Amino acid sequence: MSILVLADLHEGQLAGATAHVVAAAQAIGGDIDILIAGEGVQAAADAAAKLDGVNKVRVADNAVYAHQLAEPMGALLVELSDGYSHVLASASTTGKNVLPRLAALKDVSQLSDVLGVESADTFLRPIYAGNAIATVKSDDALKVITIRTTGFDAVGESGSATIEAVDFVAENSQSSFVKEELAQSDRPELGGAKVVISGGRGMGNGENFKLLDGIADKLGAAIGASRAAVDAGFVPNDMQVGQTGKIVAPDLYIAVGISGAIQHLAGMKDSKVIVAINKDDEAPIFQVADYGLVGDLFEILPELESKL
Amino acid sequence: MKVLVAVKRVIDYNVKIRVKADHSDVDLTNVKMAMNPFCEIAVEEAVRLKEKGVATEVVAVTVGPKAAQEQLRTALALGADRAIHIETDERAESLAVAKLLAKVVDEEQPGLVILGKQAIDTDNNQTGQMLAALTNLPQGTFASEVAVDGEKVNVTREIDGGLQTVALTLPAIVTTDLRLNEPRYAKLPDIMKAKKKPLDVKTPADYGVEVASKVSLLKVESPAERKGGVKVASVDELIDKLKNEAKVL
Ligand SMILES: Cc1cc2nc3c(=O)[nH]c(=O)nc-3n(C[C@H](O)[C@H](O)[C@H](O)COP(=O)(O)OP(=O)(O)OC[C@H]3O[C@@H](n4cnc5c(N)ncnc54)[C@H](O)[C@@H]3O)c2cc1C
Ligand SMILES: Nc1ncnc2c1ncn2[C@@H]1O[C@H](COP(=O)(O)O)[C@@H](O)[C@H]1O
Repeated sequence: MSILVLADLHEGQLAGATAHVVAAAQAIGGDIDILIAGEGVQAAADAAAKLDGVNKVRVADNAVYAHQLAEPMGALLVELSDGYSHVLASASTTGKNVLPRLAALKDVSQLSDVLGVESADTFLRPIYAGNAIATVKSDDALKVITIRTTGFDAVGESGSATIEAVDFVAENSQSSFVKEELAQSDRPELGGAKVVISGGRGMGNGENFKLLDGIADKLGAAIGASRAAVDAGFVPNDMQVGQTGKIVAPDLYIAVGISGAIQHLAGMKDSKVIVAINKDDEAPIFQVADYGLVGDLFEILPELESKL
Repeated sequence: MKVLVAVKRVIDYNVKIRVKADHSDVDLTNVKMAMNPFCEIAVEEAVRLKEKGVATEVVAVTVGPKAAQEQLRTALALGADRAIHIETDERAESLAVAKLLAKVVDEEQPGLVILGKQAIDTDNNQTGQMLAALTNLPQGTFASEVAVDGEKVNVTREIDGGLQTVALTLPAIVTTDLRLNEPRYAKLPDIMKAKKKPLDVKTPADYGVEVASKVSLLKVESPAERKGGVKVASVDELIDKLKNEAKVL
């Protein structure tokens, strides 16, 4: 068996997610290659070559792959997928955007958000917002899979894979990049943070999210949000945790002013320890919280910050 | 320009599902069903394009059992002009749906196809991307803004790092994210009128598409339940528990 892993890039650098996807590939077993596609991605390729268990890093460095637009990325994967038994990517917005195209063009199904590997053809994946876990077996010749990174611990960085350039240049006259508005933050990435503190509609407005900053600073936490907080315009969409946002599983998750709708729980209920702060003692979030504190967040947050 | 919208009948998003005792699947008997929320947003966007004079006709399509006609009638009540029901009792996976939709695209030649980004039952998030690949059309997924501009459409996409805008040549495939719009509710007179709007019934065989997939569902289980925790009385107690009991501080 041989497995191709499409690497995630974050501002041209290798994103943390990829080390988790390589771990999933190891659970499947076989030779593991990584594909880095983008423009000016040598540093990412060097970082990928250090990941444990990787055989070869294949680098498609060309302007057509900048911003990893779906159309050229799909064509590239189709071109490179021959000979592989599995193609994997993280269930990031890039993985989700690109992998189904490969699957369709190869006339195979795609498995989304795999969080467990039983064997080379049998996998676990969540359905119905994670309220059920399906065991599925694929008899397709090529298995195309997106990986939920919280299901696999990252591999180490003591490898030394070979790096090889890919010459194939996809053509793309259908789509073009216009602009990107990326959130700038010195905080850890939501997906990889050990501590996450999230605010919901109860925060009242965007300004009040500052109340979470001091606590996040002290705990080295990433800041997340519920969909209601995003919809209300308090914070940008990239902070949304949940079924249709980011999936997190930190050591500590603190939910502030969040009721605990199933769609939100879907994104955080695999956290090790959950704390809920809510003024409604009947809020469903308390059913999944290890520690619940009933009260007004506007009193609790400043006190928590000062006592940490 | 014609706009094609794909809608799926799924469990109502408020319902908490149960797994069947024999672990063969989730139990959908007597469960409230509805249009997938992302598909409601897709219909709304198509109808708004018509109201703005950008679209001339909105065609809704679904793949599913007879009962899925309810969701097509909802789409018609919300403003779609006609509907196509591709009837099958088999579990149609994203690839099969995408193949069927590709045939409909071929027949109908829409300028824009709008789908939801994700069906909330399988949580697949694949069909639009697969359709784009099969029809060789560009895709704008997870859209929070769609702006048709002559021969092009600008799609603002919700991505992990923030927002990305891409320009696509038309025809194009768009999948909706939650912030794209707020769907309207169907009014009673429109629900009555929808009953008279045209609804074509086809089968996968009419399009020469095999619905069966090579992925089999072996087992469905409930996730590990979290044990209910404790309530703490104060911030001090919380910090103490996190330090000394949970050892996460
Ligand atoms: C298809 C679909 C997908 C969705 N995907 C997601 C998703 O990915 N992520 C997500 O989060 N949601 C998602 N949602 C939305 C979800 O259903 C809920 O609407 C949302 O999670 C509610 O957010 P909330 O808990 O912040 O708001 P609310 O439910 O309004 O809860 C606010 C809470 O704040 C508390 N509160 C208010 N003031 C205070 C105060 N001063 N002090 C303490 N507590 C206070 C209240 O008691 C209440 O419990 C989705 C919905 C749909 C239909
Ligand atoms: N059976 C179906 N009939 C019509 N449209 C569908 C069907 N399944 C999926 N879709 C469309 O594809 C979107 C994404 O679904 P999925 O990729 O299965 O998560 C949905 O929101 C629908 O717009």
